[in-house]
Amino acid sequence: MSTRLFGEPMPRREDPRLLTGQGRYLDDLGPGALAAAFVRSPHAHARIRDIDVSGALDVDGLVAVYTWEDLPERIGRPLPLLIPHPALTHGRTARPLARDVVRHVGEPVVMVVAEDRYLAEDACALIEVDYEVLEPVAGLEEAARGDRLVHADVPGNVGAHLVQEVPSAGGRSAADAIAAAPHTLSFRLDIERSASMPLEGRGVYARWDGADLRVYSSTQTSTSVRMAIAAALELPLPHVEVIAPDVGGGFGVKIVHPWPEELLVPWAAMLLGREVKWAEDRREHFVAAAHERGQVHRVRVGFDDEGRVLGLDVSILHDHGAYTPYGIIVPIVTSTQLLGPYRIGAYRVEFTAVYTNTVQVTPYRGAGRPQGVFCMERTMDKIARHLGKDRTEVRAANLIRPEEFPYDQGLTFQDGRPLVYDSGDYPEMLRMIKELIGWDSFERAPGRGIGIGCYVEGTGVGPYEGGHVQITSDGRVHVSTGLTSQGQGHETAFAQIAATELGVPVERVSVVTGDTRRFGYAVGTFASRAAVMSGNAIALACAEVRAKALRVAAAALEADPADLTVTDGLVHVVGAPSASIPLATVAVLANPLRYAFDEETARATQFAGAASPDRPPVEPGEEPGLEGRGYYSPIRSTFAAGMHAAVVETDPETAEIKVVRYAVVHDCGRLINPMIVEGQIHGGVAQGIGGALYERMAYDGDGQLLNASFMDFLMPYATEIPPIETGHLETPSPLNPLGIKGAGEAGVIPVSAVIASAVEDAEGISIDRMPLSPSDLFHLREGA
Amino acid sequence: MTDGRAASPHEITLVVNGVARRARVPGRRLLSDCLRHDLGLTGTHVGCEHGVCGCCTVLLDGEPVRSCLTLAVTVDGRDITTVEGLAGPGGLSPVQRAFAECHALQCGFCTPGFLCTVTALLREHPTPTDEQVTEGISGNLCRCTGYRNIVKAVHRAAELMAEES
Amino acid sequence: MKPPPFVHHAPRDVGETLEILAEAGPRGKVLAGGQSLIPMLNMRLAAPEHVIDINRLTELDTVEAGPGGVTVGALARHARVARAGVHPLLGQALRLVAHPVIRNRGTVVGSLAHADPAAELPAVLAVLGGSVRVARAGAAPRDVPAAEFFTGPMESALRPGELAVSAHFPALPPRTGTAFAEVSRRHGDYALAGVCAVVTLDGDLRVASARLACIGVGPVPLVVDLGADWKSAADAARERAEPDGDVHASAAYRLHLVGVLARKAAERAERTAREAAA
Repeated sequence: MSTRLFGEPMPRREDPRLLTGQGRYLDDLGPGALAAAFVRSPHAHARIRDIDVSGALDVDGLVAVYTWEDLPERIGRPLPLLIPHPALTHGRTARPLARDVVRHVGEPVVMVVAEDRYLAEDACALIEVDYEVLEPVAGLEEAARGDRLVHADVPGNVGAHLVQEVPSAGGRSAADAIAAAPHTLSFRLDIERSASMPLEGRGVYARWDGADLRVYSSTQTSTSVRMAIAAALELPLPHVEVIAPDVGGGFGVKIVHPWPEELLVPWAAMLLGREVKWAEDRREHFVAAAHERGQVHRVRVGFDDEGRVLGLDVSILHDHGAYTPYGIIVPIVTSTQLLGPYRIGAYRVEFTAVYTNTVQVTPYRGAGRPQGVFCMERTMDKIARHLGKDRTEVRAANLIRPEEFPYDQGLTFQDGRPLVYDSGDYPEMLRMIKELIGWDSFERAPGRGIGIGCYVEGTGVGPYEGGHVQITSDGRVHVSTGLTSQGQGHETAFAQIAATELGVPVERVSVVTGDTRRFGYAVGTFASRAAVMSGNAIALACAEVRAKALRVAAAALEADPADLTVTDGLVHVVGAPSASIPLATVAVLANPLRYAFDEETARATQFAGAASPDRPPVEPGEEPGLEGRGYYSPIRSTFAAGMHAAVVETDPETAEIKVVRYAVVHDCGRLINPMIVEGQIHGGVAQGIGGALYERMAYDGDGQLLNASFMDFLMPYATEIPPIETGHLETPSPLNPLGIKGAGEAGVIPVSAVIASAVEDAEGISIDRMPLSPSDLFHLREGA
Repeated sequence: MTDGRAASPHEITLVVNGVARRARVPGRRLLSDCLRHDLGLTGTHVGCEHGVCGCCTVLLDGEPVRSCLTLAVTVDGRDITTVEGLAGPGGLSPVQRAFAECHALQCGFCTPGFLCTVTALLREHPTPTDEQVTEGISGNLCRCTGYRNIVKAVHRAAELMAEES
Repeated sequence: MKPPPFVHHAPRDVGETLEILAEAGPRGKVLAGGQSLIPMLNMRLAAPEHVIDINRLTELDTVEAGPGGVTVGALARHARVARAGVHPLLGQALRLVAHPVIRNRGTVVGSLAHADPAAELPAVLAVLGGSVRVARAGAAPRDVPAAEFFTGPMESALRPGELAVSAHFPALPPRTGTAFAEVSRRHGDYALAGVCAVVTLDGDLRVASARLACIGVGPVPLVVDLGADWKSAADAARERAEPDGDVHASAAYRLHLVGVLARKAAERAERTAREAAA
């Protein structure tokens, strides 16, 4: 019997099926379903004059063609703005199919349903849309000038504007603190667009039986997709179920919902009375999903001779793309998480979010933090350079000290709650990363540099998650939670939690996620929140089940529940394992029966037990069965942290940049499964290296995405990723019972800052814009 | 000559994982779609359909190829191994076991392509160097793992195969 | 991303192939390894009405090495040619072509016919002064020299109805060294710029001739004949290169890079020539 529980690097439950081709991803379902495809705008900005679908009607196997005019009002209206915010004064969302104006290349205009995807694409190719091409707003700064508008009713293209200001302890404003500081610097920092780019695109598959709608979606939130579909299709919620099957990666893009296709596919399935499926192809994913990261930052900083920051003023220009379905989460996160592990004298941050005629911008792993960390860490390096100090010394001078927790940064975080760090030990972390990379003994040489980057990440944001735990009369434990999985190993980690909390062998625990038939209340998987939120909810549900099991067992064993415990699935008297009863039997006894269906259940019928004839078989306040439900709703986020360092080599002639060492020290509180946490870090670092050196979305002045393929959008292969050395620090979170913090996004957050720091060290040239290609470095050298 | 839209389908036979399977496919049917949708072997995944990601890699007469860059009709009569055919009667193959042991997969979407590629790689280089491993898997994208555990798993699979042979 | 409809032809011999090609004319497209054509079909950037699949023409799956050089048949795949180890420069270039799995399927002649200006194999053919044998129905095959074969980006001298049946890579003279240097964004990507070099020494071990072919810096492989002045490689390459900028690199960087790579390739080729002569 296994004792591998909480904290053990237990092999994953998911793996056997995924290794044998038995995983079930969206496009593996519904073999007989009709296929949907979309005619999408080839223009960044255009007015639709006419749509002629007649050419498509000749295609054998065509089933239906829909334009905006065919949609009922509740489907055809603009999609929901998921996260409203008072500062988002001009929020705009797309309609599922464009009505009159298209605002980015890839915007859906016509939906085609056919017998298979080949035929659907044939039909799409034969549909003619007559466009009046309008001048596009392509660049961030062009958008800010406001000469041309993406939305005619959004003046200056400004969707949102927000200022947050925290005075110094002495009440000084950032402007005054900077003005009075012994040293000041100001500079501009740019980050270009990238994208989540999971290897499985989005996808939706719907079936309607005349009364009930079942929808499968490759989503990060099945519960919310369900509510959105029920509302749009005007179906009673109990008649809609949404299931996230195996999902081939999300990284943020699949939290957005409802996508146009998530409404149109179920709607078409109901209308046609046939199963309909849409599996996004790669080209669609580039132009019709979402991007992130594109921001310009103007920084002013004032500091003293030790490098302590006395005042910091950051002004951010955020590119929202054409629409704002996910609100302004990204620039809010940049604004707040920019501060990292530091205590800053006075801080002022302002962002302006502008529309451009490009794909909409929504969170991608890290969600604004990579940009904020890039600002803060570049600032630290510049201060060090200005003062001629070691870069780690300047950081040390600014770190929040362990005795200062909880530490209130004085800002409002993305969940609308105060930005208060719960726990951490940043000086120790700095010591660890310096030791791991060998900072003090690093031998600097031309073309060889070392860099560092530090971050703090708010994880486990609310509002809540829930868990349900049921022990059945075969002794098996069934755990379900509403949030979804995209490769994080939830089936394993949550089983480890349940097994530990219940005292059962982990082999008897099974976990279901993202299936609204099993659990209807959930928020979703994003913001490094699944382990914190559902992990704790499941632990709370387990506690409830365990308490009930002890009550039932106590009656059967004629013992005091307080004297009982559970080990390996047996309830027994502490210190007297012979007086025991299996949880399977407890489950039987917990459900008083009239009908026995086997020998075991015969023990629970009305004539079997010693139940008192004066009491109801199910006591008031009790429920039959051995199950429990728990919800975890934190007052605020818990803050994980990390510090990364890298050694890079740059070629003096070709300007190629090679990362030769990469080291990570990471603190996500208590580890449920260190193997999984390490895997999350590795993956994040690789995405970070992609963002630092390879990946960008290259739009031209016409708003055409020039590199919409894996040939030209350069995600790293194995050949581009160096070995990754890791060290763990554990400062448990005081906010939740398990003491855990999130780990999902951590790896990606500081990488651009770290690589910039190292290249700057190697080259002696300011690195203020990422990603950095050999061509970029060549031009920086030329200009130096 | 008839034009493309009037072309009649082709009857083909593929020997997939040792079993002769017949399918009726248009000339343009990609091998990836034929395996997935005509033969129901959905373990072979499609990530880009332009040959860059490697998710759709299968073994054609033992050699890894992109099934999204292969017409089904072109390989009529040939032997194909997909991820569903990698496990033996005794259970998971050494490569599959090593991937689990080394946590070389997360979402699992790219995994079938890696498994096929690595299976062939280890046949050619039973004790590969680090460089051979990296080169061998250099045409497969993974967005989750950061590759280091995949490299580790390839070496581990080589060890397992050596132990078991 | 599914191919548009087409008629698939699977001829059994070259004669039948040429007849079909003749009939299809500009509406036909030859499919060999498919590693370039099928992505274009999937993206619907190409929409031939007839695809003439030559994968059954085992008579073209040949690699023949003789004293005059290596002749590679139209169905010989990259991996097979590399394994044959019949030509040092071809071997050096093939290691740089995409990834191993692509090389299992892609063909050498197909790469030449695709005529990507950033691809390695056209440069090898060009620097060696090789040729492509082109066949058409009812006519004797003609050998097209490399200098005439590559006519523009993704354009070759192949005319509708024609089939490239083989390519000939001339053998290296004695005391000759070769090298291929390139920089790509990721390992296996098309080169930002690349240079292959062939350097031959005379009996006194002085450089008698040096030739470069540069890729990624013009519409076709750029051949630079340095004569004996191999040390001028960088300047000579930069002088003649006319690169364009794109999302991956600026024109100025490519121009700089081609010089660096020309020097490196020439030096490496000179070194291997000395090793060969020793």
